[in-house]
Amino acid sequence: MAMAARRGATANRGQLVGILRGFSSSSSVVDSWQKNKEGIAGGKPLNLFSAINQALHIALETDSRAYVFGEDVSFGGVFRCTTGLVERFGRKRVFNTPLCEQGIAGFAVGLAAMGNRAIAEIQFADYIYPAFDQIVNEAAKFRYRSGNEFNCGGITIRTPYGAVGHGGHYHSQSPEAFFCHVPGLKVVIPRSPSEAKGLLLACIRDPNPVIFFEPKWLYRLAVEEVPDHDYMLPLSQAEVMREGTDITLVGWGAQLLVMEQACEIAEKEGISCELIDLKTLIPWDKEAVEVSVNKTGRLLVSHEAPVTGGFGAEIAASVVENCFLRLEAPVARVCGLDTPFPLVYEPFYLPTKNKIVDAIKATVNY
Amino acid sequence: MAGRLAGSRAARELARRMGFMGSFRAGLSNVGGGPSLPVEICRRDAGGVSPCISSRVTARPGGEFPRGKVAFVAEMEFLAELLKERINCYRVLDDDGRTISGSSFKEVSKEMALEMYSGMVTLQTMDTIFYEAQRQGRISFYLTTIGEEAINIASAAALTMDDVVFPQYREPGILLWRGFTLQEFANQCFGNKYDYGKGRQMPIHYGSNKLNYFTVSSPIATQIPHAVGAAYSLKMEGKQACAVTYFGDGGTSEGDFHAALNFAAVMEVPVIFFCRNNGWAISTPTSEQFRSDGAVVRGQAYGIRSIRIDGNDALAVYSAVHAAREMAISESRPILIEALTYRVGHHSTSDDSTKYRPVHEIEHWRTARDPISRYRKWVQRNGWWSDENETELRKNVKKELMNAIQISERAEKPPLSELFTDVYDVPTSNLREQEALLRQTIQRHREDYPPDVPL
Repeated sequence: MAMAARRGATANRGQLVGILRGFSSSSSVVDSWQKNKEGIAGGKPLNLFSAINQALHIALETDSRAYVFGEDVSFGGVFRCTTGLVERFGRKRVFNTPLCEQGIAGFAVGLAAMGNRAIAEIQFADYIYPAFDQIVNEAAKFRYRSGNEFNCGGITIRTPYGAVGHGGHYHSQSPEAFFCHVPGLKVVIPRSPSEAKGLLLACIRDPNPVIFFEPKWLYRLAVEEVPDHDYMLPLSQAEVMREGTDITLVGWGAQLLVMEQACEIAEKEGISCELIDLKTLIPWDKEAVEVSVNKTGRLLVSHEAPVTGGFGAEIAASVVENCFLRLEAPVARVCGLDTPFPLVYEPFYLPTKNKIVDAIKATVNY
Repeated sequence: MAGRLAGSRAARELARRMGFMGSFRAGLSNVGGGPSLPVEICRRDAGGVSPCISSRVTARPGGEFPRGKVAFVAEMEFLAELLKERINCYRVLDDDGRTISGSSFKEVSKEMALEMYSGMVTLQTMDTIFYEAQRQGRISFYLTTIGEEAINIASAAALTMDDVVFPQYREPGILLWRGFTLQEFANQCFGNKYDYGKGRQMPIHYGSNKLNYFTVSSPIATQIPHAVGAAYSLKMEGKQACAVTYFGDGGTSEGDFHAALNFAAVMEVPVIFFCRNNGWAISTPTSEQFRSDGAVVRGQAYGIRSIRIDGNDALAVYSAVHAAREMAISESRPILIEALTYRVGHHSTSDDSTKYRPVHEIEHWRTARDPISRYRKWVQRNGWWSDENETELRKNVKKELMNAIQISERAEKPPLSELFTDVYDVPTSNLREQEALLRQTIQRHREDYPPDVPL
């Protein structure tokens, strides 16, 4: 399943933008962007893990105080994202850790607190929970609680998430909602190889703790032209992937492919769908979604994570608050079921394209 | 008898004489990976059930497994859950403040000795007065370090300003030693606009970037793996400095303790793990905290050189930390120090420890085992201190404290805008929105909000 390179805003920057020894401030990164509406200029076709790998190579190359570590990263990682890093940067900058997520996170906090970029990998998002205390109570609050005497903004936690076809309970989870509830964290989810590279570099250089969820389904399957230079994509900036007038759809990560297919089907039945990639879940680009809903009058949110308490609920509540009079129909959520992620029943659990199409129609015909 | 020791070879020698555990042979700094087993602590095996690995093991036939060669034995023997004797405790001064004959320790100059002594007295006085201030309702919360003044001050004295400190919360003495003023302590406790923490956390959650003392957070043991990451940074920078982290006996039960020690050993980083084993985790005595022989034996389980010391002996604390620091930096390795002590005060102002331990026990440790008076005796016997000096010091410190408290109490709180800053490096749109809404609400309902927070 190849993805066409028909993208919107990808910045084509040949060089780094004012990366200070401290960190680029979030606002200066955004200011230096220019949306390139023509799409990406050149680049080889790469899959997701290769694009991420490129980003990591660039991150380590451009900052001698950047480190990559986690379980099994040395030999290239269970998903090949860290291939070639040890050979190029050495065992002191790229190293395996013992099998202990709370240790990985705690170590990362300390390393980042000393001004380094700590790029930690949690092997599967399903295993992130032992690190939850370090992430929520320590990393997220490090700057605030110290009155900005200290910060661990250099921390980026990368972790594969989401359905993979056969992952069951513990290789398929989408735990993003837990982290979206934590002031002080940023949560970023890319949808494609070129997006992933730019977003990951932005995350690594952002002076705040970031969790970067990588859709594992797309590691091999998604292939796209990815520019080989150093570029970043802005955080907290959503992208309209597809313009439309009848209904706004919001999603992130691998689910966008499913939603795109649903949009194509709906289009054939005369429904014009506007599809938005949120990219950053917190802090999220409310304005972009509101502008869209004010245009279409309808909203549908879709994610793999269980519907109850999922991040779709936040988007729905916020849009209802701010766009109530414009709404023509209730906000629809097409999400995972409220069950642990099942194996044999995976096709039933997932928010499929037809579930989305049905919901689009129901919303439009409300 | 203490010689004048210098350099890391000398530090190793001192450490050896102090009894740092581990397969520690003079001149051999690389303890991991080789075929030799830690036989030294097992010399006392008896006949019958051996308490530990037999010292005859290396003579038997063996085999290769991942990680190296092991010797095979025909007898099925389980390692005993405890060694026959508890690990020895290093001390320099006896209970009466006299140097124990044959003790080795790092000498201190008169100036250093007095600085340490007055630091301990200042800490104790500060604790007493702030505790009272909480009782009077002037600050919301406090916890003391009574009984652990030697740990606080003497360990700090053995470090340099470049060593980065990751405290639990019962170590303000480190900050005091480094130059945090009584006024600065008071500002944090009152959460006024001069508090570096901007009034966001409860009292005693101090921090200072300038003094390399990371801000205290309430969760237990979370700082321990931070110290390991920080030590890794120091190692990569090639700095002549180490990370030091403090925690109590309770903290050694947390997963973060385990995670940190294991990481530190594998990554070979210069970090000192300082355990204040004061017998109590709030109301939980150590008998309900673990069944190992304290914290010191756990070090070896991770491949970490460790020592148990008398935490109420200022000179022992000073010497051990000095030696540990030398080893940590020159050999790029973690060191575990377990300082045995007693938490004389209640856990905090929210606790009344007479509910779970006998008053006579508390009093015994407050008086007969007090680290300050014990050290004072040594200092006075050297002719460096007098009763007049004592009265003068206590009077001056108390006066300075009362003054600092008055000033802190009267100072404004930080402005409302600081509620929203530092969540991220720059406030986000949702925060700007919430601040605007909040200000509108305050306008409508001013009486709901404390008048001492400037808008």
